[in-house]
Amino acid sequence: MRAPDHPVMSKGDVLLAVENVSLRFGGVKALTDVSFDIRKSEIRAIIGPNGAGKTSMLNCINGFYYPTEGRITFKGVKRPKMRPYVAARGGIARTFQNVALFKSMSTLDNIMAGRSIKMRSNFFWQLFRHGPAMKEEIEHRRFVEEIIDFLEIQHIRKTPVGRLPYGLQKRVELGRALAMEPELLLLDEPMAGMNLEEKEDMSRFILEVNQQYGTTIALIEHDMGVVMDLSDRVVVLEYGRKIADGTPAEVKGDQRVIDAYLGVAH
Amino acid sequence: MLYREAGQFKTNYAADSAIFPLRQDRLGLGVIILAAYALAFIGNSFLLQAVMIPFLVFSLASIGLNILTGYTGLLSLGTGAFMGVGAYACYKLMTAFPGVNVIIWIFASGFFSAAIGALFGLPSLRIKGFYLAVATLAAQFFLQWCFIRIPWLVNYNVSGALDAPLRTLFGTPIMGPNATPQTRYLVVLTIVILLTWLASNLVHGRIGRMWIAIRDMDLAAELMGIRPLQTKLLAFAVSSYYCGVAGALLVFLWYGGAEYDVFNINQSFFILFMVIIGGLGSLIGSFFGAALIFILPIVLGIVLPAMLSPFGISVGADVIEHLRFMIVGALIIFFLIVEPHGLARLWQIGKQKLLVWPFPY
Ligand SMILES: Nc1ncnc2c1ncn2[C@@H]1O[C@H](COP(=O)(O)OP(=O)(O)O)[C@@H](O)[C@H]1O
Ligand SMILES: [Mg+2]
Repeated sequence: MRAPDHPVMSKGDVLLAVENVSLRFGGVKALTDVSFDIRKSEIRAIIGPNGAGKTSMLNCINGFYYPTEGRITFKGVKRPKMRPYVAARGGIARTFQNVALFKSMSTLDNIMAGRSIKMRSNFFWQLFRHGPAMKEEIEHRRFVEEIIDFLEIQHIRKTPVGRLPYGLQKRVELGRALAMEPELLLLDEPMAGMNLEEKEDMSRFILEVNQQYGTTIALIEHDMGVVMDLSDRVVVLEYGRKIADGTPAEVKGDQRVIDAYLGVAH
Repeated sequence: MLYREAGQFKTNYAADSAIFPLRQDRLGLGVIILAAYALAFIGNSFLLQAVMIPFLVFSLASIGLNILTGYTGLLSLGTGAFMGVGAYACYKLMTAFPGVNVIIWIFASGFFSAAIGALFGLPSLRIKGFYLAVATLAAQFFLQWCFIRIPWLVNYNVSGALDAPLRTLFGTPIMGPNATPQTRYLVVLTIVILLTWLASNLVHGRIGRMWIAIRDMDLAAELMGIRPLQTKLLAFAVSSYYCGVAGALLVFLWYGGAEYDVFNINQSFFILFMVIIGGLGSLIGSFFGAALIFILPIVLGIVLPAMLSPFGISVGADVIEHLRFMIVGALIIFFLIVEPHGLARLWQIGKQKLLVWPFPY
């Protein structure tokens, strides 16, 4: 199965539209009638208390779940029920709330693995590690080294990621997603469990990715300060429903958002 | 002092991506290969026939299973049967087309086990772990049944056994009763070196990374665009190819003839133990595992009686056999608990220590 061809989009166009999406697990309603859109080259934050359905939303977007009701259109095309790898090949990358790296591989190999779908040389050349296979390996290595420089993780290049501290693992995971050169990057709590300095670094990386490469980013984050600084628009979920949608300033002043967040420990 | 990284700077990615970046490692490998060839000329028949040839054959089968279980994380109990497919395919091919050189048929036989392996790998998209192991167990029993029940596979030979016909390479017999252990060893050694090199290329490139990605975190792999079924089936096919060639070598270049029962479930477990003890996800570990499980009992069989005879204790072959099972069992439990990455990990740690010696780190 190939991802369908899409028209080229420019900044501000609707890249992804979520329309009346509901998602149920048996009796549990993870999402109810949620609609919002993500525009090309923006940073779109998704916030809400724990269990609000944020991760479920991302899972619908990248094809891991299929909405029970409603539809999701990506670049103007309604997404069919598809395996996640098709969504990935269509240009959607993500990181996970609980780091999901390939533990035994080095930082370098993890990010190289993110290039898998970009690599073309066939089995025969792979067998001999020669000709196109080696040429390609080096080309992609060069690309990966740029990501490594960008994320300032040169010193852990050859370290198996399982041995890295949590903050660095999150950074490697971002690198792996960037290696896919995604059009839409989904970040599920990329700063959870980080100290202030690490959060600042990560915020800087996210902003730079967005500005340098024009990558559209959907970001789940609990730290309101970070959300206000980074995002262009914010959608707020509570108990699987959308309760607010707008610029950070608008959302911050919304009474329902204040109620949802008041006195709630996150 | 001799084993140092210092001064070996990599100035390009090609050099840094090399499989053996350290000069000492490359030298060491060269020396080992040379020594292995030299052994053909200085080793006696017993050493070549009873130790080296089987060691190489089992190493090859272990590499096969390691690709599937070690690298891709799919447990298989059908190794014996996949080896059998290679052996029977080789027999059919070389008796049907005696004019074509047998080396070609040995390599070709692997494709048959690869196809069968991929077929039995199909359930791996849906099932994992224990249940997949049970599915491969079904393959083991089904294929074994075929080996027994389909006389066509042995050309209606009444004994039901496979026998090695006389085959030559450049006029020298390399198979059959007239082939010396020396020539058979040289053929097996060359095939194993070649296939190990290819496997090493595969696991260090894109395909290897995809296999390990599936093993370490299959969901994340799929969300990165890696197709799970294709990747797993490729692992099944490549793995079974290696097992198939190993099976053909086992029957025709080691035993000289065999019946279906060399490909039974015991063989599957035997290879699995080698992979576990040697190190899951390590090619060199496959050799370590084969050496430990196959060669250790032979050494015991020679050393133990010699050591105990001065005390008037005689050790029979049956005692050695029992000891072998006990030792292998103890080793497996030891490695599963203490060092799940097997001998290969110990080797790694040893090398790391040597790099910084005499300092602790
Ligand atoms: N696979 C699943 N099976 C059953 N319930 C689920 C599943 N995934 C999520 N849920 C439920 O959906 C709700 C939303 O979860 P989630 O999307 O993880 O929230 P958030 O990321 O906002 O914290 C929760 O009540 C959770 O228990
Ligand atoms: Mg979540």
